[in-house]
Amino acid sequence: MLSYFLANLTFAGIYALLALGLNVIWGMAGMINLGLAGFFALGAYASSIATVYLEFPIVLGVSLGVMVAATAGGVLSQLSLNLRGDYLAIVTLGFGELIRLIATNETWLTNGSDGISGVPGPFRSSLTPLAFNAVACALVISTVLVAWFISERIRKAPFGRALRAIRDDEMAAAVAGKPVRLYKIQAFAIGSALLGLAGAAYAHFNSYVAPDIFRPLLTIYIFFALTAGGTGNTLGAVFGAVLVIALLEGTRFIEPFFESLSGVQAASIREIVIGATLIFVMRFRPKGIFAERPPRPLGTSD
Amino acid sequence: MSKLILIAKDLYREYYGVQALTGASLQVEEGTITGLIGPNGAGKTTMFNCLTGVVPAEKGTIVFNGTNVTGWRPERICSIGMVRTFQIARGFPSLTVLETLLLHGDRQPGESVIRSLVSQKSWTAREQELEARAHKIATRLKLDHLLSNMSSDLSGGQKKLLEIGRALMGNPKLVLLDEPAAGVNPTLVGEIAERILELRGSGINFLVIDHDLELIARICNVVTVMAHGTHLTTGSYEEVTSDPRVQDAYLGLAA
Repeated sequence: MLSYFLANLTFAGIYALLALGLNVIWGMAGMINLGLAGFFALGAYASSIATVYLEFPIVLGVSLGVMVAATAGGVLSQLSLNLRGDYLAIVTLGFGELIRLIATNETWLTNGSDGISGVPGPFRSSLTPLAFNAVACALVISTVLVAWFISERIRKAPFGRALRAIRDDEMAAAVAGKPVRLYKIQAFAIGSALLGLAGAAYAHFNSYVAPDIFRPLLTIYIFFALTAGGTGNTLGAVFGAVLVIALLEGTRFIEPFFESLSGVQAASIREIVIGATLIFVMRFRPKGIFAERPPRPLGTSD
Repeated sequence: MSKLILIAKDLYREYYGVQALTGASLQVEEGTITGLIGPNGAGKTTMFNCLTGVVPAEKGTIVFNGTNVTGWRPERICSIGMVRTFQIARGFPSLTVLETLLLHGDRQPGESVIRSLVSQKSWTAREQELEARAHKIATRLKLDHLLSNMSSDLSGGQKKLLEIGRALMGNPKLVLLDEPAAGVNPTLVGEIAERILELRGSGINFLVIDHDLELIARICNVVTVMAHGTHLTTGSYEEVTSDPRVQDAYLGLAA
């Protein structure tokens, strides 16, 4: 039971990293990214390929995963700079699917739909499964803390203010002297780096990656986490991620109470609960459980 | 004749098949408040858009303060001291009034992503200077009691004042005001006029679009009239308003 709890806490941490990444891209800079699963996959595959096939140490593999995702994010946002709203949503959704299809079909690189197994985990061989889960959980939580620190630094800095201005009105921000294109690319790359980090963490914890893991439903769950938690709010992103995992896992325990339902029907209780929760939160807290707050001014010394 | 701070020559710009500017020219002399008037659809706002790079001109040249800025991007034009306001006040709904002002401050190193991540110390000093400046400007515009409000909470007139305030934050040489008096009550128009005159006194040049001719008469040294996407005439307020072509095209007084 403890092991199960630790594993889910780790998954919650990975979801929190994803939500924090989305928070930089969408929450702060207002760019919609429906390709989260693709960036998550890039981080996971890059790190898996590096550590399994090339026998890189884990730290190097993870760094590579982060860099690949950040670069892809930078390039994709550069290519789609003139797109906004719905159009950017379509492009990023397509990107996510593209990555999944490449992972399925480029067997020489990704082992296709069989996936890559035996991805090393830190100290896995010398630990009991329970101890490994504890180590992984601690590592992921520390990583979330680092991502938290980065998010808060950006939010409080003039750079974060410029991002919010771009989110509100791109043209007015340009006339205010902000290099809108550069800032958008930077924000997208930083957010994608966090998404890639989440992917790499997932691969090393789960020890197995396959294209099926990176379905668009994952993206929807992360959007749920951020929207319910509070778009633009660091605490909200993390809280929302924990809430998603709690709901996804918690619904397992209520299934036995609906004996008349078939397995498939019972499984959809999950989606019903998730959807209903979001509607409920939006009805009573339209800005999310933790609404975005502007950072406090420094206050002048005189 | 004193130095010309802005020279726009033969600007052309089409909008969705409508020729908004057809060889329009405009000059702003150093040390003046220049008015820009003309009927709706004359191309005044398009002129502003071209001057500030929001919509590039298809043909023509723009020289600002001795620099040819033709084809520059908006942020670059802003950085050399030409700033504008918008006809319909464009606020940043999720920024407070203070943040809106700070956003328009110039030379803030904390807008570099690396600095904002690595060292808060590298930008806090500048931020404090800008905060002091923002407080000063807000006090001048009588917005100081609203600094911590969200900018979307302001009344229409206060938004207009904030537009002027944010134009001032970047230490501009020339401010383009697009209808600062539209939708503002008469007392506030008077106040806006006072503020503009005060600011002129401190060395800032203005180019003002407005349909409130009392305001134009009161603050402008020179008035340029546009019609049909081109320059009609330039002169003092009395000169241009007594010009029969202007009366015909704009004032509707022609017998």
